[in-house]
Amino acid sequence: MAVDWFPLWLTLRVAAIATLLAVGAGLWLGWLLAKPPFKGQAILDSAVSLPLALPPTVLGYYLLVLAGQRSPLGRLYEWVTGHPLVFSWQAAVVAAFLWSAPLMIKSVRITLEKMDRDLERAARSLGATERRVFFAVTLPLAWRPLAAAAILAFARALGDFGVTLMVAGNLPGKTQTLAVAVYDAASKGEGALARTLTLVISALVLAALWGVNRLSARQAL
Amino acid sequence: MISVRVRKHFPPGRAAGSFALDCEFTAQAGITALWGPAGSGKTSILDAIAGFLRPDAGRILLDDALVFDAATGVHLEPRERRCGYILPGYALFPHLSLRRNLEFGARRLPRLERRRSVNEALERFELSGAAARKPRELNRAERFRGALARALLTEPRVLLADHPSLGACAPERAECHDMLRRAPGELEIPVLLATTDLDECLEAAERIIVLREGKVAQSGLTRQVIEQPATADVARMLGIYVLLPAEIKALDPSRNSSRILVQQTELSGPYFPGHFLGDRVWLCVRPDQLFARPRDGKPGPNQIPAELIRVTEKVRSVRLDFSGDLAVELPRAEYESQKHNKEWVVEFPPNALRVL
Repeated sequence: MAVDWFPLWLTLRVAAIATLLAVGAGLWLGWLLAKPPFKGQAILDSAVSLPLALPPTVLGYYLLVLAGQRSPLGRLYEWVTGHPLVFSWQAAVVAAFLWSAPLMIKSVRITLEKMDRDLERAARSLGATERRVFFAVTLPLAWRPLAAAAILAFARALGDFGVTLMVAGNLPGKTQTLAVAVYDAASKGEGALARTLTLVISALVLAALWGVNRLSARQAL
Repeated sequence: MISVRVRKHFPPGRAAGSFALDCEFTAQAGITALWGPAGSGKTSILDAIAGFLRPDAGRILLDDALVFDAATGVHLEPRERRCGYILPGYALFPHLSLRRNLEFGARRLPRLERRRSVNEALERFELSGAAARKPRELNRAERFRGALARALLTEPRVLLADHPSLGACAPERAECHDMLRRAPGELEIPVLLATTDLDECLEAAERIIVLREGKVAQSGLTRQVIEQPATADVARMLGIYVLLPAEIKALDPSRNSSRILVQQTELSGPYFPGHFLGDRVWLCVRPDQLFARPRDGKPGPNQIPAELIRVTEKVRSVRLDFSGDLAVELPRAEYESQKHNKEWVVEFPPNALRVL
C-alpha cells in the first residue's frame, strides 16, 4: 500500500497557521472579554462562542455565503490574492481557525480572569502602561495555561472535518486534509489507508494532549 | 501632603448591601492610620487615591497636583499619579528576581542611573544579598522591604499601605512598622496605613482617622483619639470602654463635681463641661480604671452591686464581666486575692468617669 502523505503535511500546515491566527484573536478577544463589563460584552461573548455550538455544516455554509466567489468579501480576497478563497487550502485554514478560535478565546478569558489582579494593579501604580502591564506581567505569568490552550486549539484545528469539507472541499493533493482523507478512504473501502491515517491523527492528538497535561500539571511558577 | 474629599455610592451587590463612601481628610508627612472594621471603606479610599476607583464626587490633591476632580472631570490614570501602593501580600512579581522587581519601579530613570538607584535601594533595605532571588524564595520581611523599595523608586508623592502586617507575628510587625516609619527618609511624604488593628495604629501611626461605614468618625493624634473618643460610636468601636446609659442629675462647676444616675445608682464624678442637667448621656469608663470589691452589706459611695457572669484570662490581666454590661480588668495578683468573693460591687473612682 502506497500511502500518499500529502494530507498529513497539509493538515499540519493548515493547523499551524490556524493556531497562530487563533492565538492572536484569542489573546485580543479573550482580553476584551476578561475586562470589566462593558456594553455589548455579553453579546460578543455569545457571538464568539457560536462556532462551538453550531453544526459544522452550518458554519461551513455561512462561510460559503460570506466568502464565496460572488460575495463582496470573496471578491475582495480574489482581487488581492489573484485566486478565489473557496476550495483552496487557504479556505481550510479559515475553517480550522473558526473551529479552534472559540476554544482559545474562552481559555484566554478564563486564564486572565483567574490572574492575581493585584500584580497588574501594582504594575500600573509603578507607572507601567497597559501595553507593558500585558507583556511584562500578565503574559509571562499566564504563559503556561495559554500555551496549553494553544495546543488544545491546535489539536482541534487538526481534527476539523465538516467546515473544511464545506468550504475547501475534498480535492486530493490540493485541499484534502487528514480528517477528510480518512472519510474519503473509508467511503471508498480503502480500509488499510483509513486505518493508517486514523493512527497518525490519533498519535498527533495524543501527543498534543500529553503536552497540555504537562503544562497544566506544573502550575506553580 | 495629601488632601482627600471623596464621595462614592456603591449599589447593593451580592455580598453586601449598598454602601456609601463619604469622607474628607488631609494627611501630612508621617504615618496616618486609616482605622476601622472590615468594610468601613479603608481600601476604597486607598484605591480612590491610587486611581483604581473613580469617586462620584470630590477631589484629591497630592502635594499641589490635582489627580482627581469630579467638577472638572480630572481623573488621572494610576500610572500617572505617583502613588506608592503596598498591596496586601505585597504583590511582588513572582516571575522576576528581586532586582528586576525593583527595576520595574525605576523605569522612568535612564538606564545607567536606574542601575545605580536600584543598587542603592537594595543596599539601603538590606536586600543586596537577596537581589537575585525570586519573591517566593524570600521571607516575609524581605518581601515587604522589597515592595517598599520598589514603591519608593518611583519617587511617590504618597505611600499607601493596605494591611501591610496582616497575619505577621509580633516581631515581624514591629520591623514592618519600623521600616514604614524610616523608609520615606528625605522624601517627606505622607504614609497612609490601612489597618483593622488598634495596636498597630498606636505602634506605628502618629495620627489616626477612624472610619465608620464610609465616613470619618473622628481623627487626630492616635493616643488622644484612643483616650478621648469624641462619640459613643467611636468609644464602642475602640472596644476598650464600658459604655452605660446615664442621666446627669447635678452639675457644679465651682466644686468641679457632678452626680449622674446609672442603673438606679447615683455616682459622683467631675464637672462635665458642655453638658446640662437632665442630659441623657453615655457614661464611658475604661475597665482597667474600675475596681471590683467584695460586697459587704450596703454598697458604699460610687459602688454598684453586680453579679459576676464571666472571667476571661488576658495576657497581662483578668477581665471580669458583670451583669448590666459592666466589666473590670484587674491585674492577675489582685484577681487571685479576690477570686473567692461570693458577692461583688463595682467601684467607679470619680476621676475615671467621662460622659459622651
